[in-house]
Amino acid sequence: MSVNDSAEPTRRDFLYIATGAAGAVGAVAAVWPFIDQMNPDAGTLALAQVDVDISQVAEGQSITAKWRGKPIFIRQRTAAEIEEAKTVDLGALKDPLARNANLPADAQATDANRAVEGREAWLVMVGVCTHLGCVPLGQAGDFDGWFCPCHGSHYDTAGRIRQGPAPENMAIPALEFVNDTTVRIG
Amino acid sequence: MAGHSTYVPSNGVMRWLDARLPLPRMVYDSFVAYPVPRNLNYAYTFGGILALFLGLQILTGVVLAMHYAASTELAFQSVERIMRDVNWGWMLRYMHANGASFFFIAVYCHIFRGLYYGSYKQPREILWILGVIIFLLMMGTAFMGYVLPWGQMSFWGATVITGLFSPIPVVGPAIQTLLLGGFAVDNATLNRFFALHYLLPFMIAGVVILHVWALHVTGQTNPTGVEVKSSKDTVPFTPHATVKDGLAMIVFLAVFAYFVFYMPNFLGHPDNYVPANPLQTPAHIVPEWYFLPFYAMLRAITFDIGPIDSKLGGVLVMFGSIIVLFFLPWLDTSRVRSTAFRPIYKIFFWILVADTIMLGWLGSKPPEGIYPALSLIGAIYYFAHFLIILPVLGLIETPRKLPNSISEAVLGPDRGIGTGTGKGAPAAPAASAPSQH
Repeated sequence: MSVNDSAEPTRRDFLYIATGAAGAVGAVAAVWPFIDQMNPDAGTLALAQVDVDISQVAEGQSITAKWRGKPIFIRQRTAAEIEEAKTVDLGALKDPLARNANLPADAQATDANRAVEGREAWLVMVGVCTHLGCVPLGQAGDFDGWFCPCHGSHYDTAGRIRQGPAPENMAIPALEFVNDTTVRIG
Repeated sequence: MAGHSTYVPSNGVMRWLDARLPLPRMVYDSFVAYPVPRNLNYAYTFGGILALFLGLQILTGVVLAMHYAASTELAFQSVERIMRDVNWGWMLRYMHANGASFFFIAVYCHIFRGLYYGSYKQPREILWILGVIIFLLMMGTAFMGYVLPWGQMSFWGATVITGLFSPIPVVGPAIQTLLLGGFAVDNATLNRFFALHYLLPFMIAGVVILHVWALHVTGQTNPTGVEVKSSKDTVPFTPHATVKDGLAMIVFLAVFAYFVFYMPNFLGHPDNYVPANPLQTPAHIVPEWYFLPFYAMLRAITFDIGPIDSKLGGVLVMFGSIIVLFFLPWLDTSRVRSTAFRPIYKIFFWILVADTIMLGWLGSKPPEGIYPALSLIGAIYYFAHFLIILPVLGLIETPRKLPNSISEAVLGPDRGIGTGTGKGAPAAPAASAPSQH
């Protein structure tokens, strides 16, 4: 091995460092496909829309549809339920935001912003507890709405979190009423 | 292993091998001539039991994988086929399922043994940390294994546990989607969990090798907590420890067999014999018993703490309850290793055991009434034990007098190698390896 005491970096030093750096970048880049393969594949990502027939849902009844592998609660609420949801003071809500994909992100969690626009009896939401993803039980809990049996989150008649560990109101998906008996989700 | 070897090849073939690949020498030095403290009690046999159960789980797991189908359409059916049609399938599956429970029984005994005798203290910090890593890998493996039968508890357990990552700020939802391979637990999730459930036990085996290596560098602790000082303090691993471990294994296996053959579903949950239904959560989700204390701590946080909402708070508390174990060697300020010589800590140790059992009981209860409040008290005490009681107590407690040596403690002062009378052995052991190494 030749001895080179000069303090000046040599051409060979530069080549070593450049090669090492290129190799490190390449190694990191090669890791990415092995991580990214775990993300949802193209088939899962293909945005599905589902049309749900709600002609058989009478007042006070609910159905559960399936969208993107998740349950969607569709409920025609009773007048008493709507009244109960409307009388809630917004300051008492744990999550003050509507969480409605059809409205701006900062919309307030009023009952009108939670229900389907122009059809206040209808409540359509992703039936997944915002805590850890369980499906809450309908018409249960201390607020007459939904109750998650996993960790004890209570939702009111507008699907808003009122008590328990869940941080957010249940999400409302993008939706539109195609006609009076069909709702399109997604 | 540190120190010089006493292995002598017994014949020409072994001499030939020893000069090329000294594997028999390593086995001899590690498991035959290896000196162990002469006062080890039965609490020290769980390491061997754990090694046995790791082997048993890998063996039964590999053969079950020959009959299992990791697909949401087929998984539940294939498990039922294993139970009804596959030759001995019922026994192999019950061994594997109960084996996981008994693996955890043994690991909890092993961990509390370490806590009682101060096995985490200098110079065994790395040994202890490797053990905590093994514990984490075991939890991951057990969780993913429980998902595979694709029953209701499998599905909803997977939903809840992967949901634990969603409250992490900014990257949480992306991590959750990455883990699931979709927007909900589905076929992609089941497939990767099967692949990882097969992989992780071999990673555990790898860390176990490091764990045993670290153990053989520092040597075992013992019930007195006094380091080995001379050859009078030790006996050879074989036959003394081998036979003692063997008897413990037989007793442990007898209890295991009773569960496998007479009450194979006692530790399981009947809801997992209902096929997974993504649209209906069971009325009462509980994890397997060995996760219940951590589950209780997760549920204990039902309120926001400053900027941390209740969901993230619960997750931090749950993960924190294990992360705190990594720092245990530096949280315990006492220079005395064994709890046998710490009269006040001994009380707190048993309170911690009771607290953990209480949390486990609370984890099995529905999150209603008095239970969340009790869980919160239990969780606060758990953290107080490690973060307040251990550091403070080590500074103010007056320990009992330590024996001068293991041999003195076992054989009496006349035959021991004590350096004198009246004055206890130095409480802080020098990091000396056993002298005969």
